[in-house]
Amino acid sequence: MDLHGKKVTLHDMSLRDGMHAKRHQISIEEMVAVACGLDQAGMPLIEVTHGDGLGGASVNYGFPAHSDEEYLAAVVPKMKQARISVLHVPGIGTLDHIRMAADMGASTIRIATHCTEADISEQHIGMGRDLGMDTVGFLMMAHMIDEKAFLQQALLMESYGANCIYCTDSAGYMLPDEVTAKISTLRRALKDETEIGFHGHHNLAMGVANSLAAIEAGANRIDGSVAGLGAGAGNTPLEVLCAVLHRMGAEDGIDLYKIMDVAEDLVVPMMDQPIRVDRDSLTLGYAGVYSSFLLFAKRAGEKYGVPARDLLVELGRRGTVGGQEDMIEDLALTMSASKS
Amino acid sequence: MADKLKALVIGPGNIGTDLLMKARRSEWIEPIWVVGVEQSEGIQRAQDMGVKTCITGIDGVLQHIVEDDIRIAFDATSAYAHADHAQKLNDLGVIMVDLTPAAIGPFCVPPVNLAEHSALLAMNVNMVTCGGQATIPMVHAVSRVQSVAYGEIVATVGSKSVGPGTRKNIDEFTRTTSAAVAEIGGAREGKAIIIINPAEPPLIMRDTVHCLVDDEPDQDAIIASVHAMVEEVQKYVPGYRLVNGPVFDGKRVSTFLEVEGLGDFLPKYAGNLDIMTAAGLRTAEMLAEEVANSRFALPARA
Repeated sequence: MDLHGKKVTLHDMSLRDGMHAKRHQISIEEMVAVACGLDQAGMPLIEVTHGDGLGGASVNYGFPAHSDEEYLAAVVPKMKQARISVLHVPGIGTLDHIRMAADMGASTIRIATHCTEADISEQHIGMGRDLGMDTVGFLMMAHMIDEKAFLQQALLMESYGANCIYCTDSAGYMLPDEVTAKISTLRRALKDETEIGFHGHHNLAMGVANSLAAIEAGANRIDGSVAGLGAGAGNTPLEVLCAVLHRMGAEDGIDLYKIMDVAEDLVVPMMDQPIRVDRDSLTLGYAGVYSSFLLFAKRAGEKYGVPARDLLVELGRRGTVGGQEDMIEDLALTMSASKS
Repeated sequence: MADKLKALVIGPGNIGTDLLMKARRSEWIEPIWVVGVEQSEGIQRAQDMGVKTCITGIDGVLQHIVEDDIRIAFDATSAYAHADHAQKLNDLGVIMVDLTPAAIGPFCVPPVNLAEHSALLAMNVNMVTCGGQATIPMVHAVSRVQSVAYGEIVATVGSKSVGPGTRKNIDEFTRTTSAAVAEIGGAREGKAIIIINPAEPPLIMRDTVHCLVDDEPDQDAIIASVHAMVEEVQKYVPGYRLVNGPVFDGKRVSTFLEVEGLGDFLPKYAGNLDIMTAAGLRTAEMLAEEVANSRFALPARA
């Protein structure tokens, strides 16, 4: 594989996807320290939002330690070169949240829908464009449809005004061949000026390999997370990806030692549990289940005496999609009742 | 039955047709007219059922309102069109049951607050949203026992049951439903989340209702209240089922529901649409009952 000279824009998820792994309890001080460390390491884009996007504060997904507004107010003014992005899921957040994020100085808005439901994003993508933001269409659980169907959804988001389209492997299920097929299909059919991104999860330990496949097939924005802090077995570990990209001669503009230090000195000590491939996060990747279900399944499993793995496999079989965290307790109750 | 109130259905689409099929079985409501803006499959279906049809929009039917003694109109068009329909029909003394998200009139969730509206002679009642109809009865079932600081609902619907109008303005669902969870459900603060799931075969509508109560929950009273409310809703939506709960976790009270439709015109999985048409019809029927019992006087007509 030849990635020599390829320009790659890395995008850190530790302060958004990482919120899942921290039950949305990252402190303002931790968030500012990590963001500043990443800024100094040359990270061009850093996402700061509730794990489930703007307006995600809820019983269903968890109430955060601080509001999105408070986190953004603390982080944005401290950035020397990095831009701050926010995630927004239509059906959870509203247009008011997008206005708030723009007012707080977020420069990138990522509008996320399930991979078959792009047409609920028109209003929100339109507002991102109207506000002059870098506007990204983020198609989640991309493994659930083939590349032709995926392209149709990407074209919808592009037609609404998104200047970048993501293939999002929310379950960490995809293997490199599938990434290549999806990204190259997008690259052939989307406008030349539309950027393409890939967001991986490390549930099958394919985060780095999949990201390389994505870059080779035409993606130029790659999500990852410093020390892998993210849902499931975490996101693509950014310091590892950086080291690999540097060996391959790709250009990401990151200071490798600095990002290694952010991972080791700041992020690892924040972790409530090791972010690694264990039998439950491996099940996410193997069964194709939304990564942020992991901790909910572990908790419900303990409370109702049902193995988390059984819950996750059944959630996969039922075709649950991102956002259906409420079905985990519901299923645990049902499975627990049928056992007794 | 001589006392049936005569009705008009505006909008011959999926919702309008399903409502028409339900209304034709009603002991209290008699659908006379279906109004569309062009010849369509929906108009043809209405004609096949022997209902009068008009294909020139609301203006084409206004001259027949008094002569046919139309007293109730169901609006199954769009929020945009509703204002015009409401004004023209209210002027003729027709009570509007609004199934669009326009929400010009007060929110109505039949087992919770319909009695108030008939007492007030509201000329326009709004049916909130599908998620609101499915979940607000449960919020109310808790808030009538003890004070609810925060009510949150999660509605999961099958992709095929979500039409283009809702998709273009998904915020309208979240905003309207959150407002009604507070205003009608009785929570001090409301939040609504909608999830669209494309699984095949389509999943039946699922709803989760979380309430955070101010004091320790009175579990027995809440359980009894929730079960009583489920029975109330089942009177007009037989497929409304409590799957799990109420679950108590500190001050959190959660109920897990499933809403299966009757499968009239809309498929059974589309309980979200069925509960709207059933609630709209139930609203009209309760008004008709009030009229029959002389507890409610229809607007005077010359």
